[in-house]
Amino acid sequence: MAIVRDGTARLAALGVACVLGASAALAATSGPPVRIGSTLALTGPLASTALVHQIVGEIYVEQLNKKNGLLGRPVEWIVKDDQSKPELARTLYEQLITVDKVDLLMGPYATGAILSAMGVAQRYNKVLVHHTFGIPSLAKYDAQFPTWSLGPDPAATFPNTLFDALAAQPKPPKTIAIVTSKFPSVHFMSLGAREVAKKRGLQEVLFLEWEFGNRDFGPIAARLKDAKPDFVWVGAIGLEGNQLLDAAKKIDYAPTYHFYMYPAPGPMVQAPEAKNALAATIFEEHPPFTNNPGAAEFVQAFHERAAKAGLPYTGVETQAAASYSAWQVLEAAVNATKSLDDKVLAEWLRKNRVDTIQGKLRFDGPSNYGDDLMRVKQVQNGRWVTVWPKEAAAPGAALAGP
Amino acid sequence: MFVGALYGLLGLGLTLSWGILRQINLAYFALTFLAAYLCYQLSTARGIDPLATLLLIAPGFFVIGVALQWVFARFRVSPFNSLLVTFGLTVIVESVIQSIWTADFRRLESAYGVAKFRLGVLYVPAPELITLALSIALSLALYAALRYTDLGKAMRAAAEDGPMASAFGVNRRFIALALSGVCATLSAVAGVCLALSYTLAPAQIYAWIGVVFAAVLLGGIGRPLGPLIAGIVIGVSEALTMALTAPSWAPLVSFSLLILLLLVRPDKA
Repeated sequence: MAIVRDGTARLAALGVACVLGASAALAATSGPPVRIGSTLALTGPLASTALVHQIVGEIYVEQLNKKNGLLGRPVEWIVKDDQSKPELARTLYEQLITVDKVDLLMGPYATGAILSAMGVAQRYNKVLVHHTFGIPSLAKYDAQFPTWSLGPDPAATFPNTLFDALAAQPKPPKTIAIVTSKFPSVHFMSLGAREVAKKRGLQEVLFLEWEFGNRDFGPIAARLKDAKPDFVWVGAIGLEGNQLLDAAKKIDYAPTYHFYMYPAPGPMVQAPEAKNALAATIFEEHPPFTNNPGAAEFVQAFHERAAKAGLPYTGVETQAAASYSAWQVLEAAVNATKSLDDKVLAEWLRKNRVDTIQGKLRFDGPSNYGDDLMRVKQVQNGRWVTVWPKEAAAPGAALAGP
Repeated sequence: MFVGALYGLLGLGLTLSWGILRQINLAYFALTFLAAYLCYQLSTARGIDPLATLLLIAPGFFVIGVALQWVFARFRVSPFNSLLVTFGLTVIVESVIQSIWTADFRRLESAYGVAKFRLGVLYVPAPELITLALSIALSLALYAALRYTDLGKAMRAAAEDGPMASAFGVNRRFIALALSGVCATLSAVAGVCLALSYTLAPAQIYAWIGVVFAAVLLGGIGRPLGPLIAGIVIGVSEALTMALTAPSWAPLVSFSLLILLLLVRPDKA
């Protein structure tokens, strides 16, 4: 393994690890290392999720070096801490290109930082493969390649997938409440859901927005209880879903059907009040996803590494899968073209599909987005299982009603 | 009202430190979270009742508070510099928390979490009620101590005119150390209350600073009952805003109230 985290107190320990890892890597690889640079939100409000991407990157680089590296050369991953600040990510990507002179870039975590990195990548004509960009229409650079398979218009496509799932229920919901954070990547999805719900004839009984960082969800839960919707769409990110459920529990309110856009997967699946909660996913730890080549091995490796890192929830879902796919895409492009030239890599990626653990990805649609591979998952018996569409559902699983 | 009580509890140490010690100590927010994590750890790993963890945490935090004051006095940290120094301390404590408990979310599951009762149409959750009770009890106790005890009077005198208080035999050094210890202990209490009601993540330290500062300023610097009253006013106003209008307007409440106070009674904030 050859991974360098910049600006952390662990540098000394890592130095030893790098030497040991590099010597192991040298058994299969030779020549100067291929340097891949990225930032992650290792500190700050996004750090809890960025940690997942850090672990995935470490696993992937280690696996690469155990095989043949890239082009027979060992791989070195340089990770800098952008502190969850997009403006810092911009500076650090500039630094990665001009000072560290990395060969390739990997995207940072979350939409804001990716947008910053994209601007820098564009200025230097570098390929940017990224894993967690939430608003496809903002991705204007032609050499950026998203591996979170949202499709080009997720605000329309995903709500339809979800409402199809609900419509297939014996007693489909007729009324809807949409309550949403104003965090950009969930807010636009909620507004999309609102439009789709209207077109599909669902009666909106409540629409509320809150600022990201809201602490008191009691009044929102009370208004939901009063509105008595058949279905609650919660445009929540991170802990917001849990906070709303907590508040609802305190007033003895349990929503009938309830969906959370991007919940913190661990806290949500572990909360008793989250029974039957729905969410979006691109990968879960069960077939058919784990039948994809390399998926089962990755799941096992992630479990071990996440447990070792002290993560309370060690499951693989959207974040880890999108991250792993990003590395798969980068590796596939380099191996196929036998090149590190950004222009050559970008051209190949635009014309070819890449096998990843979430399925085949293509980059030939608007903003280089391909198919919307988002599915619907549900908390059932204390674990996440995919329930819709049927071909992606866990064996024997179906959407559970109230 | 309950969230307002937590604002008050979080602001109690800050207002006393600011008003009497002349230190704007942001590190209390970090200490609060450190206490919350320690409560989480002792409860989940050792099975200790969350409230009982205070018996272990509070003395330790008193010592931390005393040590902090000793350092501030030793290096003659000015009020403005205290803001910078304690912000640095906050960042350090955040990093320590992250290195021990990771950046991932931690949730304290306890019997308190599910306990609640009804008062007519009102639901009263136990953790929030405990927070309210502790906040009221500590604010009143500190108010009484500052107003009616010799030590409290000495503290007020030292804050009003240090050299004159010294001339009357007040041991300012001892008073400052003791008060700093008490303020840090208040952070420990706030931390346990926070752990009972909220999911923890290191970066959330900063989410509380703005609104608690507003509560401290609204309540009047150095007044023990101030943050509690102002906190409840802010909390109730936020809840009413969310219940009657758009929840996204709620964050405007605390600072609108503060601006209003500054406009109407500039001498009070």
